[in-house]
Amino acid sequence: MQSIVEFKNIYKSYPGVIANDDVSFNIKEQSIHAILGENGAGKSTLVKILYGHVKPDSGEILINSDLAIINSPSIAKNLGINMVFQHFSLFESLTVAENLILGMNENISLSKLKDKSKTICDKYGFNLNLNSPISSLSVGQRQSVEIVRSLLNNPKILIMDEPTSVLTPDEISKLFKIIKNLVKDGLTVIFISHKLEEIINLSDYVTIMRNGKVVSTISTQNEDPETLGYKMLGYKVSKAKQVSDIDFSMDIFNIKNLSTQSKDPFTINLNTIDLNLKKGQIFGIAGVAGNGQKELMEILLNENDYEFTGDIIFKGLNINNLSTFQRKSLSISYVTEERLGHSAVPEMSLSENIFLSMNHKSEFKKGDFINFEKINSYASDVIKNFNVDTPSYNVKAGKLSGGNLQKFIIGREIMSNPELLILSQPTWGIDAGSEAFIKNTIVELSQKGVSIIIISHDLDELLEVCHLISVLYEGSLSNPLNVEDINISKLGKYMGGLFD
Amino acid sequence: MSIELIIGILNIVLISTTPLVFAGIGELVTEKSGVLNLGLEGLMLVGAVTGFITLVITGNYFYSLFLSIISGVILSGIFAFLVLNLMTNQIATGLALTIFGIGLSAMLGKKFGGTPIDGLNPYYFIVISFLLVFFVAYFLSKTKTGLIVRAVGENHNSAYSLGYNVIKTRYLTIIFGGVMSSLAGYYISICYAPMWQEGMTAGRGWIALALVVFATWKPWRLLVGAYIFGGVAIMQMNLQAIGVKLPGQFFNMMPYLATIIVLVFISSNKLRLKLSAPSSLNIPFEKNQ
Repeated sequence: MQSIVEFKNIYKSYPGVIANDDVSFNIKEQSIHAILGENGAGKSTLVKILYGHVKPDSGEILINSDLAIINSPSIAKNLGINMVFQHFSLFESLTVAENLILGMNENISLSKLKDKSKTICDKYGFNLNLNSPISSLSVGQRQSVEIVRSLLNNPKILIMDEPTSVLTPDEISKLFKIIKNLVKDGLTVIFISHKLEEIINLSDYVTIMRNGKVVSTISTQNEDPETLGYKMLGYKVSKAKQVSDIDFSMDIFNIKNLSTQSKDPFTINLNTIDLNLKKGQIFGIAGVAGNGQKELMEILLNENDYEFTGDIIFKGLNINNLSTFQRKSLSISYVTEERLGHSAVPEMSLSENIFLSMNHKSEFKKGDFINFEKINSYASDVIKNFNVDTPSYNVKAGKLSGGNLQKFIIGREIMSNPELLILSQPTWGIDAGSEAFIKNTIVELSQKGVSIIIISHDLDELLEVCHLISVLYEGSLSNPLNVEDINISKLGKYMGGLFD
Repeated sequence: MSIELIIGILNIVLISTTPLVFAGIGELVTEKSGVLNLGLEGLMLVGAVTGFITLVITGNYFYSLFLSIISGVILSGIFAFLVLNLMTNQIATGLALTIFGIGLSAMLGKKFGGTPIDGLNPYYFIVISFLLVFFVAYFLSKTKTGLIVRAVGENHNSAYSLGYNVIKTRYLTIIFGGVMSSLAGYYISICYAPMWQEGMTAGRGWIALALVVFATWKPWRLLVGAYIFGGVAIMQMNLQAIGVKLPGQFFNMMPYLATIIVLVFISSNKLRLKLSAPSSLNIPFEKNQ
């Protein structure tokens, strides 16, 4: 088989980071070629260069052995390169049909489009309703729209950026079948992922990237997750160990009959959620993104006066009407999903960010002034105890890498001695080293008697650290499953909404 | 009320509302692509004065219309360059355009205040304004180019990654909006008044802006809204004529009062506003390079 894409010495730097450093490798025609690497290894930048979304500083791309200068996505599409984005490039308020038309290179009538998309849907097993607006679709359905839209252009190369990160296990195996059929019919698929097993199951070849450089390009045939993981990280990661012989008897936190009735079609309504959390327990809330996680977190935080019915009870006290800071004063701590802009203000220093979150504590104030001495010493303690890699507490939060900032934020909350810690996506998009550190910290914390709720899309993470896992599906929360007698197929069914 | 009076009122409403339809429909298309142009008032005044001066000097209606349109192309082109290429703040730039337009038109028109001209028949423009609303409604909902305009206003990053030229699309919609504003101004100075007077658009640009929000970015609603506003504006004369005893100042402020009330009413329903406004409105687009 001949090479369809050749990357030659691609170099791209952003201020402070080299995203791609002398990247060269070939992709064979009609193969599934995975690009593996940690978050920040430069995978996304590389495929965005291939798709004309990002301009490389130097280097060349050859398509079918011809030099291709891809300055914009429209040039890439004319060369037969299409891309399915990690964060979809769909138009929420438009219908499926309108989204499909927008993705087509040629002008066609609505009836022709219907025929064409029906052929593709029937052939590969997609199920689309052309008249529904995108906002009414689930994440999995949205991805189908993206894929069908790409296929309508008869592409030669299809790039998929982390396509499985938003799917349930069932949907993933369906997607893999589709990808394999597409390759049989002549397509070349470039598949980006940081999940090792997926890559071994699906792809023919894999290029491993670390810190912007290519480590190696190999066939996946003789690899297993462990060897591949070692090549990706360059070191071995120890797993967090959960001790199971703790006695959970004391009620700490209860949610009873929590429901919302918002008329906004872009939000998910929560449906009679019940949750019971004991002292020292780690409770995981799994589920595909967009099933009500954001809404649940907003209610738990009470930032925006979200209207709801039901009760939230912390240590026997109803906290429905308490503000965020009042809840914090009761020793509930929060780590929100968005690190920059929500958990921390990027333009402010680490110590200032401490004050913003701890403003309810009088020890950080001198009358109406900020007690910088106290705050700075608190900040240095966080930096020391949580291995935050930063020269000082005067550094702006936005300058820290994702992993370091997350360690700082989690450290900030833990140092205030919470009895209940609520985390949303605690290890999303950070390096494996920080991820392992954070997981270990969470487990240690629970052994000290702190109750923890983790909302996460990452099943592996939840299975590693939690005692109980419930699944959130379209605003309903499943009964909790004990992590010791859980099986993936049951969890997969739950994530598809099959629970009562 | 006699039949004659009613027909007379309708006639005046038709004549006085047309500039709102022109400026409003132009701004609607601009905003649909995600750009907020607050410079309507300035564009209208410059369009009005350019057309007027050209007509006085050449005596040719075609030239005057042509140059009025060109003034809109140039001014909105400058606005587009500033907000699209230099990525200046759309609100500040739009306000600057209005202030600039007010000053420029006053300066250009200084010697022409009170010069008599033969006005054009407004009915041509009234018919055109209706056709225009029909055309824009059809364009936005039925054509692929219209779909692209909506897509760019909805999510410019997605539109770009699908291969559409966001900047070019917005240039075209901004210039369309600019030309429509000039036409509104031209109509005021050549058909409606017909004369030139400093600041003669009297805030109609702002009312047109409010109309777009009132119409929740839908062309037909804009037409209805424009006639409601036009009707309120005309009421002042007729209520006085049929003997309602209220101070004249009260009637003069009615269209503006109506604008404020309508905007308060509309913004009170945040959800509806959020659902109908183009999501990328007033957000600058930067290529991911």
